[in-house]
Amino acid sequence: MAEFQFEIVTAERQVITTNVESVLLPGVNGQIGIYSNHAPLLTALGIGVVEFGPKHQKKRKAAVAGGFAEVSSNKLTIFAHTAELAEEIDVLRAKQAQARAERRLQQKREDMDFNRARIALKKAINRIKAAEE
Amino acid sequence: MAQTAREIKRRMQTVQNTQQITKAMEMIAAAKLRKAQVRVEKSRPFRYRLDTSLNRVLSGARKLGEPLPQLAQVTEKKRTCLVVIGADRGLSGSYNGNVIRQAEEFLIERPDTYMILIGRRVRDHFRRSGQEFLADYVSLGDYPDIHQAHEISSLIQEFYLNGLFDHVAILYTRFINTVNHKVTIKQILPIEEQEIEDTHESGDELEIPLKALYLFEPSVFEVLDAMIPLYIDTIIFQSLLEAASSQQGATMTAMSNASDNAAELLEELNLSFNRIRQGAITTEISEIVGGAEALSE
Repeated sequence: MAEFQFEIVTAERQVITTNVESVLLPGVNGQIGIYSNHAPLLTALGIGVVEFGPKHQKKRKAAVAGGFAEVSSNKLTIFAHTAELAEEIDVLRAKQAQARAERRLQQKREDMDFNRARIALKKAINRIKAAEE
Repeated sequence: MAQTAREIKRRMQTVQNTQQITKAMEMIAAAKLRKAQVRVEKSRPFRYRLDTSLNRVLSGARKLGEPLPQLAQVTEKKRTCLVVIGADRGLSGSYNGNVIRQAEEFLIERPDTYMILIGRRVRDHFRRSGQEFLADYVSLGDYPDIHQAHEISSLIQEFYLNGLFDHVAILYTRFINTVNHKVTIKQILPIEEQEIEDTHESGDELEIPLKALYLFEPSVFEVLDAMIPLYIDTIIFQSLLEAASSQQGATMTAMSNASDNAAELLEELNLSFNRIRQGAITTEISEIVGGAEALSE
């Protein structure tokens, strides 16, 4: 199976760069699958799990929150706000973040930024999802 | 000279203690600077590639007359917001002073500017001078992270979208090298097309033909809408990193100067101490000699 270059970058670091056969991206309107020699593409990303690796075997995962992905010259680059590989995720911390966000959502205070708490919750759940099988 | 040898000795001890502290601070700043610099270096390729992609899409979309997100629309420059990045602590020479001076010059030119202040020193200065400001962030620490940048960036975008201001600039200290920093003002919004910094080496992989047609998923508008907040986060993040490096550099230089001054002072004190000591010995000898002569007569 043909491979292509795959890379996740954030402003803080290069999360991973490797060769893969297929990548599943969390697009804003559902998942997008990318294989070798894909046409040049720019897509907005939601909060979700990126799966990458060999085509028919077990894939590696990464939790990505927002940003966009670019395919050109048979290379896929994810520009993410934040990104963590599944094996890097601290599940305990993610669960704490989830609990914190849920608590804040329940309080329903007037001055609270509802949207931000919702996004925090979504990110926490996403990280847990990526880390657990 | 009213000073006794003991007084001078005590003074020397004080100077020596101070010197030890400034030396330690210099070394700490050097270590922090190294770490901060690594972070600046690491973030540069991302910025360059993001700029390249955004620029390509934005100029393409503008040419095609595609609908643009509000953040990308160029508006009349009526009201400005200035983000000022300084430090929480002093002891870094003229670092904070330079930032504050530039900010004040900007205010004289555009008195109706909204200010967002970062760093306790900067905030306290403007608070004392009675200048109003929109928001302030303190205690970002020596190594600012992307989450802090994101928070500042979100606030700016929210105000911008609500029409509070239509122009955003950032004032920070650019790190050139350890002793050389430059206070810089850079426009963030609206996004200008020639914003790409061409100070980087361009790898082959970056040379993608500009004419390449892209598929946009789900649309040009939404891709831009995802790119632009990331771009603003990144500019702020990088400015924070540059400012943090500059601060450590300034601290290092200031502390190194302080240590040198202490060494100089010690030398002078040592000289006068020896002179007094010698004087005391001479007096003592002449007393003894005088006494011995008096006895022998």
